Amino acid sequence: MSVDRDVITLLDHEQWLRNQSYDDKQLAPLYQLLEQVKDPEIPALSIWDMGILRSVSIDQKNAEQCADDMRQPSTASTDALIRVVITPTYSGCPAMDLIREDILSVLNNAGYQHVEVEFKLSPAWTTSWMSEEARAKMAASGIAPPETTSSDSQVIAVQCPLCGSRQTELISEFGSTACKALYRCQSCLEPFDYFKAF
Amino acid sequence: MSETEKDQLIQYLLRLADDALIIGQRLIEWSSNGPFLEEDLAISNTSLDFIGRARMFYGYAAELSGDGKTEDDFAFTRDCREFSNCLLYELPRGDFAFTYARQFFIDAFDCLFFNALQSSSDERLAAIAGKAIKESQYHLRHSSQWLFRLGDGTEESHRRLQRAIDELASFTGELFDNDELIEQLSARGIAVDIAALKPQWEAMVADTFAKAKVAMPEQIEWHQSGGRNGLHTEHLGHLLSELQFMQRAYPGLEW
Repeated sequence: MSVDRDVITLLDHEQWLRNQSYDDKQLAPLYQLLEQVKDPEIPALSIWDMGILRSVSIDQKNAEQCADDMRQPSTASTDALIRVVITPTYSGCPAMDLIREDILSVLNNAGYQHVEVEFKLSPAWTTSWMSEEARAKMAASGIAPPETTSSDSQVIAVQCPLCGSRQTELISEFGSTACKALYRCQSCLEPFDYFKAF
Repeated sequence: MSETEKDQLIQYLLRLADDALIIGQRLIEWSSNGPFLEEDLAISNTSLDFIGRARMFYGYAAELSGDGKTEDDFAFTRDCREFSNCLLYELPRGDFAFTYARQFFIDAFDCLFFNALQSSSDERLAAIAGKAIKESQYHLRHSSQWLFRLGDGTEESHRRLQRAIDELASFTGELFDNDELIEQLSARGIAVDIAALKPQWEAMVADTFAKAKVAMPEQIEWHQSGGRNGLHTEHLGHLLSELQFMQRAYPGLEW
């Protein structure tokens, strides 16, 4: 793994790579399309928000072959081979197959004929890849976003997504899906899902 | 990779996959039978992590074998003698204390094992281990909590937990048995020297047992074994008959 020494960043390397890919102008139309692919368990969040989408790339060889047909040389031709790399949140996440199908259908419907979806495990997915915007969307949909980024530290005070109180208690370390735990707010008394820091 | 080296890796992958699949199946038996809803979800979620792990190992083995086999073929069409999981994983789920005593032993082992496997020279194995370790740390926290509650709970919960620990004592030794396959694969930097993990595992167990106020089982000189060579307890056949029923009755069925 080569790290660009001129860049000083507090992001982990993988997240930095993700952002580089996301900010690539040539890829912007693809990322825009993929914004439509939501996490089936949390429809408020796209797979980019969740950190499931690792990168998108255009197969150069294939793209050059099609260069003549390209009307806008700055974006991918619909004949180019599009590679989408995703990562599972948890090993047994049953949503992965559905997400793969959604990616194929969104890109195919937009005219991209050749799409490959690749699964990549390493480095392992972490909730620290979720953007601030993603956390805000999550809270707005009634799920408390992850509080810390460490895998084994005990969460001290989870904030209630409904009333904002930090007077909350753990009901169960496991919730409706592998990525959530169950909490209850002692201020407004509402139970809520907490997205585990992982 | 030579043919022999490839076969060895496949054998190793199947061990890891079988361990994960069989305990995943045992745990999911609690689904809708848990003591309360939240715990029902917890066991099901833990099971799902193990099934996911099994899929990743079987999937890799299927790719390596390159003969058109899929992960499903390994899970659904092999018979008892072809399964190579340790006996500990296949024992019936027993009562809730038995389930969590076993789960604690497994989670503590997995935390050490996957931590070591992250340094495997096989990149794919190392990547799977990198995912599994995070899940196992979470599982261990949960199973340890149950040990504290049961061991330091009522007289009845304490009695049941202690009984489970004593019953399981002769089955944990097999987890640490190195054999020729492991020796050859660890010489190539692929497999984990599991015998070397035992002292650390024993320390983890002793620490948790002290907090849970349960006694360590009596030291025994021997332990049950045979699972790695396909010699199983009678319980595995019953488990497989349920797990494999659909594929046996309707071969190749998909939905």
